[in-house]
Amino acid sequence: MEPFRRLEAVALPLARANVDTDQIVPARFLKKPRAVGFGQFLFHDLRADAAFALDQAAYRGARIVVAGRNFACGSSREHAVWALQDYGFRAAIAPSFGDIFHSNALKNGFLPVVLPEAAVAAMQEALLAAPGMTIAIDLEQQCVVAAGKSCRFEIAPFPRHCLLEGLDELGYTLSQTAHIEAFEERFG
Amino acid sequence: MTTLLDKIWAQHRVLERDDGQTLLYVDRHYLQEGSAAAFEMLRQRGLAPRVPARALAVADHYVPTDSRDLAAVADPERREMAQALGRNAAGGGIRMFALDDPRQGIVHVIGPEQGATQPGLLIVCGDSHTSTHGALGALAFGIGATEMAHVLATQTLWQRKPNSMRVAVEGTLGAGVSAKDVILAIIARIGAAGAVGHAIEYAGNAIERLSMEGRLTVCNMSVEAGARAGLVAPDDTTFEYLAGRPFAPQGAGWDEALARWRALGSDAGAKFDREVTLDAREIVPMVTWGTSPEDALAITGHVPDPAGAADAARRDAMARSLAYMGLAPGTPITAIAVDRVFIGSCTNSRIEDLRAAAAVAKGRKVARGVEAWVVPGSGLVKAQAEAEGLDRVFLESGFQWRHAGCSMCIGVNGDLVEPGKRCASTSNRNFAGRQGPGARTHLMSPAMAAAAAVTGRLTDVRHLMAGA
Repeated sequence: MEPFRRLEAVALPLARANVDTDQIVPARFLKKPRAVGFGQFLFHDLRADAAFALDQAAYRGARIVVAGRNFACGSSREHAVWALQDYGFRAAIAPSFGDIFHSNALKNGFLPVVLPEAAVAAMQEALLAAPGMTIAIDLEQQCVVAAGKSCRFEIAPFPRHCLLEGLDELGYTLSQTAHIEAFEERFG
Repeated sequence: MTTLLDKIWAQHRVLERDDGQTLLYVDRHYLQEGSAAAFEMLRQRGLAPRVPARALAVADHYVPTDSRDLAAVADPERREMAQALGRNAAGGGIRMFALDDPRQGIVHVIGPEQGATQPGLLIVCGDSHTSTHGALGALAFGIGATEMAHVLATQTLWQRKPNSMRVAVEGTLGAGVSAKDVILAIIARIGAAGAVGHAIEYAGNAIERLSMEGRLTVCNMSVEAGARAGLVAPDDTTFEYLAGRPFAPQGAGWDEALARWRALGSDAGAKFDREVTLDAREIVPMVTWGTSPEDALAITGHVPDPAGAADAARRDAMARSLAYMGLAPGTPITAIAVDRVFIGSCTNSRIEDLRAAAAVAKGRKVARGVEAWVVPGSGLVKAQAEAEGLDRVFLESGFQWRHAGCSMCIGVNGDLVEPGKRCASTSNRNFAGRQGPGARTHLMSPAMAAAAAVTGRLTDVRHLMAGA
């Protein structure tokens, strides 16, 4: 897993609530093997609309999505994270996330940042006013800087540690096998 | 004083991490084709499933519903998705119901049907509708591929304990009002993000009076309200449903289990982080008009006007939904004509769902120009329906009677609604493109979908019921 420490990048405003996993990557592409890269399918059907921001020149190289409430609600498909990552995104900022997407993201080195609705709306407004504007996310300091304003965000210490170091959870759990065996002994 | 969630959580706690996450022991891991990436992750690390006996595999998403022959699937990628599950299960020593096994079906239908889903169990599956199993008083939730690999390798999963939310539905449901209408009314009330970060416990006398299958429908759509899990306290309805099922405890084991299960319910006076109450008498047959399950309203209503939205963001969202759905504000819901009808999915493909739809279809014909499908949730549901003659009712009305699978709920097996066509569907998601690119989905109950099939438009099923 690629470590995540500090990221300053062009941010894509997606000022709508409930952008679901079928919008992020339509189900018909899920049969593709992981190796094909899911970036090509990211927001596939939304991009049919020429007004959709992703393909506009200003957002070339965007690595942060600033989305509305309940971003990535719906399916448990990890492809939603892979599509964002394979396209080049490393983080999303939203007032809330679909719970399963939120866990999937953390486990793939993709940072979901939860900020208050007003702060996200202000960021989206600034991004729409200045397309191509960059946002900085500092995971060590737990803050987002956009348009000169700094917002602190919360993240649990363990996933933060895993993201900072590029570690995955499975290795840690396997080192705790004795506890699992003890549980199985008691309740198995 | 603790809740059902608290009790199940405590019983599965292996270890705490200093950030408050808990390592939970997983009793049952259901697997479908979406597990392919997880098995690949295991192989890459040289790991094998730790407790294969706790897993159960079944192909449901990519299987054809017009035959039981995988070799006849023309698309090699779809065929491979179903075949890969067979190889991964066999390689991992995991039990699987193959396509030619009558027990094959949608994973969230067969778990309860086999009695593998039981009160107090911790159940996961790489599918967001795993919340379904909570209807039996289990803690069940969907997980992603990395989490599936973690469960396969360790039989455990790290989780932060969700907040608790009690949704009580009190009073008596009216005639023609089903469990599907209850959950659509709940989602319309609290919103698609209304329960993010929470596990919902459904309670109240209207929930207690629901059959097991009705409770499965309600819990199934918990995730459409943002909750990863939904639960109903186990009671006599649960125990009667489970008794004698193949995976359920037998003999002395049954009595012992029953004593444990009876102690699981939330204590009187247990505190929930949030509480919501609905009056059952106010719930009428519901349909969705937009592209989020929260866009649900009464069949007696009209397509809403974005001009009446609370704020600009909501107005834009509504306008986008209406444009996608091809609907004009103010149109009576019952004036909306349909092209397709889909009765099936993990939400509504069980025997009671098929009985409710057949009761409406009986003696009527599918409207001209409408293509209507019934896709039973499992081979056993299909056999039961055929034993009751429901297949003949559907076929005589002009419905297609198909084999079990997820089918047109998600369409990854090729069962799609054509672009621009409108479908009355008993499934769980009306997302743009869900049933196919450009497909327009209206969610509703099986009886309401059957009513749409025979009238050719969205219809208040209460007008078609016996005596109406």
